[in-house]
Amino acid sequence: MYLDNERRPTLTPQLAVRVAIIGGIALVAFAVVFFRLWYLQVLSGDKYVAEAQNNQLREIKVQAPRGDIVDREGRVLVRNRVGEALKLTPDKLSDDIGERRELYRRLGRLLGQRPRAIERRVNEQFNELQYSQATVKQDVSRDIVMYIEERREDFRGVEIEPVFLREYPHKEVGAHLFGYVGEVSQDELDDPGYANVSMGDRVGKAGVELEYDQFLRGMSGATRVQVDALGNLTDYLKRRRPKQGRQLRLSLDLDVQRAGQEALMGGTGKGAFAVMNIANGEVLALGSQPSFDPNLFAKIVRESDYKRLTADETGAPLTNRAVAGGYPTGSTFKLVTAVAALESGLITPDTPLNDPGELTVGDQIFKNAGEVAHGVLSLRQALTVSSDVFFYQLGRDMNREGMPLQHWARKLGIGRETGIDLPEEGPGFVPGPKWRDREFAKFERCKKRTNPTPAEIAMGKCGWQDRPWSVGDNVNLSVGQGDLAANPLQMAVAYAAMANGGKILRPRLGQRIENSAGQAQQQLEAPTARELKVSEEHRQAILDGLRGAASAPGGTSTPVFETFPVEIAGKTGTAEKGGGRADQSWYVALAPWPDPQYVVAVTDEAGGFGADTAAPMARRILAELFNVDEQQLVDGGGPSD
Amino acid sequence: MATAVKDFRDAGPRVLRLDPLLLLATLGLVAVSVYTVRRSTLGDIPGDPNYYMYRQLAYVGVGLALMFLLSRFDYSRLREWKLGVYGFLIGSILLVYMLGFSARGSRRAIEFPFFNFQASELGKLLLVVALAGFAVDRARRLGDRETTSRIVLLALIPAMLVIGQPDLGSGLVYLAIVLAVLFVAGTKWTHFAALGGLGAVAIAVVLLAAPAAGVEVLKPYQVDRLTAFLNPSTNPDDEGYQVNQSLTAIGSGGKTGRGEDSTQTELNFLPEHHTDFIFSVVGEEFGFVGAALVLSLFALLIWRALRILTMSKNFYGALVAGGITAMLMFQVFVNVGMTIGIMPITGIPLPLMSYGGSSVLTTLLAIGLLQSIHAQARETAVAKGL
Repeated sequence: MYLDNERRPTLTPQLAVRVAIIGGIALVAFAVVFFRLWYLQVLSGDKYVAEAQNNQLREIKVQAPRGDIVDREGRVLVRNRVGEALKLTPDKLSDDIGERRELYRRLGRLLGQRPRAIERRVNEQFNELQYSQATVKQDVSRDIVMYIEERREDFRGVEIEPVFLREYPHKEVGAHLFGYVGEVSQDELDDPGYANVSMGDRVGKAGVELEYDQFLRGMSGATRVQVDALGNLTDYLKRRRPKQGRQLRLSLDLDVQRAGQEALMGGTGKGAFAVMNIANGEVLALGSQPSFDPNLFAKIVRESDYKRLTADETGAPLTNRAVAGGYPTGSTFKLVTAVAALESGLITPDTPLNDPGELTVGDQIFKNAGEVAHGVLSLRQALTVSSDVFFYQLGRDMNREGMPLQHWARKLGIGRETGIDLPEEGPGFVPGPKWRDREFAKFERCKKRTNPTPAEIAMGKCGWQDRPWSVGDNVNLSVGQGDLAANPLQMAVAYAAMANGGKILRPRLGQRIENSAGQAQQQLEAPTARELKVSEEHRQAILDGLRGAASAPGGTSTPVFETFPVEIAGKTGTAEKGGGRADQSWYVALAPWPDPQYVVAVTDEAGGFGADTAAPMARRILAELFNVDEQQLVDGGGPSD
Repeated sequence: MATAVKDFRDAGPRVLRLDPLLLLATLGLVAVSVYTVRRSTLGDIPGDPNYYMYRQLAYVGVGLALMFLLSRFDYSRLREWKLGVYGFLIGSILLVYMLGFSARGSRRAIEFPFFNFQASELGKLLLVVALAGFAVDRARRLGDRETTSRIVLLALIPAMLVIGQPDLGSGLVYLAIVLAVLFVAGTKWTHFAALGGLGAVAIAVVLLAAPAAGVEVLKPYQVDRLTAFLNPSTNPDDEGYQVNQSLTAIGSGGKTGRGEDSTQTELNFLPEHHTDFIFSVVGEEFGFVGAALVLSLFALLIWRALRILTMSKNFYGALVAGGITAMLMFQVFVNVGMTIGIMPITGIPLPLMSYGGSSVLTTLLAIGLLQSIHAQARETAVAKGL
């Protein structure tokens, strides 16, 4: 046996070949490994360095306070308050699910929340953003903080941290404008405009908080930490301080705003107003009643509160009637009718028309309010005394090819959005034959198909348009009655266009962006939406008519304004709403005469005659605007004319 | 002749009969190993940054001592003990089954007070020694199919046993060893072709047919590991995670390494950084330069092993050297290939580098045997007056 072993020559040619093969395999394998290493380390090294960096770095966010919102004088409208938020820190929580549930139960009892709901919300937040805390409640009371601090061992992982909450010191004043903030939604996160916002951040949800969110938002701070593979914190690397959002200065005048809302509260409590600079579209006041306390929205709003604020029974306080309301405007619409009649060549400023007190169109008789007859008058007088019959005739005669009344209404901005920097705006509506005939055709088809009973028709089963467009509809529109839906801001824009030479303004609340010290950083310009071509002569005639209405004998609002020290032009409106409801009261004023700077539009949903309710409200607003001491006027023994 | 031998013995220390380059490669690799084990485990045991280093140092010290002892021993004696060696191999693996404790769901080691004896590691060397002995016994009938199939069967028994532990990596090393022993012994090419065909059929059965029939030969995670390297980014959470982290570690090392900033290692992103993935640590800390140096040392090791194969004074020595060469080569390429994403994850340690007593001792013993073959060859050559 040994002989085989010993005798055999150790290195036969065959073995040499085989050893060479093994050596060859080793050589090829080493070559492959070397090339692979060269590729990984020398050619792709930078990419892997980045990957390694990425592996170990985490950012822990620190919420930035939002910028303040101030009025034109710098008075604070919206600011931040530091509240105490109850948060859970993931790595300090017990790993045992039972112990964590027990903690949620204790928290639930303390906060009056369901433990299950707490658990779900917390887990959602942990899943979204690891290593970051989850918020259980935004603003907890001092008592709860004390309770938890005294029983730390029962609340392991629970931390009380200061958070910034929005505060509205003036409560109901201007509430509709500011809107509110809330936690960013998934849809918003997908939007490139929210690029530097992350889950859990609070962003503007309505009003200027939403419109100017990118400025107000600020930059979250971050602590960059190094973590190991298990997510344990190993080092603090860099701390970026949170940067407060920038301050937003509104063109709003807090005093005027308050005066307007108080004036409305003195009426039926439901209405809206707008005060605008006619030269540049700056909004000085824009109010809606009833209002609400936006501090409710600083925290997570309660379901019951939200229901109450949107219910019809309470007058839906959340609705901003000044931009989203849709009302017939009564005689304040006559300005539109006048522009349309003049510019379409139907009349000149001096064309005499007879007002015998009523006008028969087809089988309908349209009467003046109060059954008066004004006799023969031209446009100026017709506006001054608010002759309905004069404008009925214009409405009747403009019910023709091209529908000039509807055309000019839209040109003046009725039935379309003004473009104000508020997201809640509605366009309103100008009725016309196309719309009505289409709806009527639908009504007819529905009637034929379903054969409804008269009761069902009265319920609106087939829609409400049970007849085609008729000339009577245009007659109604000419004096702002019927299906017209407009809001005070739209009327303000239309009136301003008469006084500023035809510029249709884009109303603007935001004036400029400032740093927190109030120094301007960026002026917010409001470009004019479009220019109207209305001849100087026509405009002047209309303005004269409006001036007469507020000052001439027989002018509809002369009694309200003859004692007022600032001269104004203005138009009353009384819109019939049918169904036994009280008339809607309107007033639109341009002041001071003869070179108006401001337009004031007021409406009270159930105020009756314009001169009775809306005009005095406008007077109160104008008094604040021009610093007129009404009290002294009254004490001084009344007017001196 | 006798005087010549005597003269030689008197002429100088026996150490000179060791292959100096093989010794250099060995010492170089264990030195890098101790340093790298220390660097990669600084934070693993709080308060004891040198825990793994000291243990590795102890294994290396004991291993080197055993290596020197073994190099003075005439390896040819082992041939007579082949049955005992083979019996010990099978017995120790079975003992692991009986006594072994559960380490991460698999039984691979017998627990001693200071040391977990991993039978499958030492088994690699035992298998080389035993198979070489069996092959020499049938040296005249090496062309027979029976010889080839007997030897393959002798290797398949322990291979299947360790794969069942489950230690797929060691099982594959056993198969590499038997192929190398047969190859060096001069088995016909046709036999290798037949073995290749059988192997292909076996793989097809294990990976495709058996799971389809509901028989689980390999555990699902083993199959995942074997296939994960093909596309690591498809399952970054599981098997692909290790490969991705290893690639990131090695890649980020760049040309000269990240040194103290080796975050992949220090922050534990790299799994098994002191054992299976120690090459990735070298790649991250010392970059291409360091990785190339380590590979060069392995190349030197393999070159010297092959040279010793050709020098061997007898057929048995050649077969032992061939088996050891294959054992080292296979482990180096599969382990390094795994860390750079071109080989599957099989749990094979990097010889002399990976932390672990069983692997370090086994490898140093194997090198001791190589040195013994070298020393015997030199002695014979001197005795023959060459």
